Amino acid sequence: MLQPVTLEEAVRARRDVPDAVVVAGGTEVMPFRNRGERPGPLLDLSRVEELRRAEGGRLGAAVTYTRLIEELGERFPVLAAAARTVAGRQVRNRATLGGALAIADPSADVLTALLASDAEVELASADGVRRVATAEFLTGPYECDLRDDELLAAVVLPDEAPGPAAYAKVGARNAMARAACAVAVTLDPGERSATVAVAACGPTPLRAPPAEELIASEAPWAGPDDLEPGWLERIGALVAGATLPRSDSRGSAAYKRHAAAVLSARALRRAWRELMEPA
Amino acid sequence: MSIRLRVDGVDREVPEEAGDESLLRVLRDHLGLIAPKNACEEGECGSCTVAIDGEIACACLVPAGQAAGRDVETVAGLAGPDGELHPVQEALLEAGGVQCGYCTPGMVMAARDLLRRNPDPTDDDIREGLTGNLCRCTGYAKIMAAVRLAAGR
Repeated sequence: MLQPVTLEEAVRARRDVPDAVVVAGGTEVMPFRNRGERPGPLLDLSRVEELRRAEGGRLGAAVTYTRLIEELGERFPVLAAAARTVAGRQVRNRATLGGALAIADPSADVLTALLASDAEVELASADGVRRVATAEFLTGPYECDLRDDELLAAVVLPDEAPGPAAYAKVGARNAMARAACAVAVTLDPGERSATVAVAACGPTPLRAPPAEELIASEAPWAGPDDLEPGWLERIGALVAGATLPRSDSRGSAAYKRHAAAVLSARALRRAWRELMEPA
Repeated sequence: MSIRLRVDGVDREVPEEAGDESLLRVLRDHLGLIAPKNACEEGECGSCTVAIDGEIACACLVPAGQAAGRDVETVAGLAGPDGELHPVQEALLEAGGVQCGYCTPGMVMAARDLLRRNPDPTDDDIREGLTGNLCRCTGYAKIMAAVRLAAGR
């Protein structure tokens, strides 16, 4: 096991030992190794302190889901709400932002929240650092723009979310389930704008720009007043129309499209309620 | 070079090559410490739950090398020096929360972790706290009762 303690050592190890398997929380890598797939030695990032750092809007790639919920939830509510729906505490204590990005699962809850947060992904190699928008970083199902000599270093987003957010999800059961569909909604009452992102309904998590535009232009921001059920249905239909679901073991394409409509109305209602009655 | 870790207060050592194996395999197969159970080996069932520096984890998902220099607690270390059971263990016995017993070591570790963070949990809190632990006997009602009992003490 290679155990660098600085990011500089880590990226050098990444370059010098190309067959090494990068591991931080281990929640993705270890099941494969337990089944006997061992393509190379482990490159362990758990001793790299700078990857665990969370400063302002720059969250190190080794920040765990538990920390998103307990330490960073007030500033980044959509990340916390998404992380809360993942697995159990044993896994959330270990699973990291960087791991989720490297895996690029189209149903990943935290990736959907990052997409809704307009987060950027910071990638480090021995040659330097580059930043990419989450939407560009995620290139397909389990595919991302991570080069062979790069490591996920951080995600970068505004220091604080501009307003309330919500995350609504359906899966086979309430806990320990991957999303059949999930929707993240964030609101920015200052700018009178919103973001809507959908999990598990396309090759990557997807934004729903037509729904975002309608919320920005027609939501009763002044007040703010209650959302009309009929109007929420229109939002739901726009979100469903922006998805590209495929039938799989978690649900048919028609079910996922329907779920996207229902969940986006639900998430928007929840976030809006918080706007009307701040906690 | 070898990997040194502390398990239930006892210093242990395993060969460096074992660092890429899971902590669960190192505990069970290298050290003969079989309190954490091996069931799914993919983080779904929670039967291998241990605490590492106080944070619970599925030992099957932790590369053993990451546990070097850390404090690992298993269910075997919870009883007092004179064999006095931990309140969660005592409550599981009293409430009949143990059937086949395979999930119990992980359940105890997760319930203890929950009660440390939240000494007065609601039923929803208990369900959420035990989300990562499966009981194939489906004895959840008695397990819930045991956690309520332990919380009341």
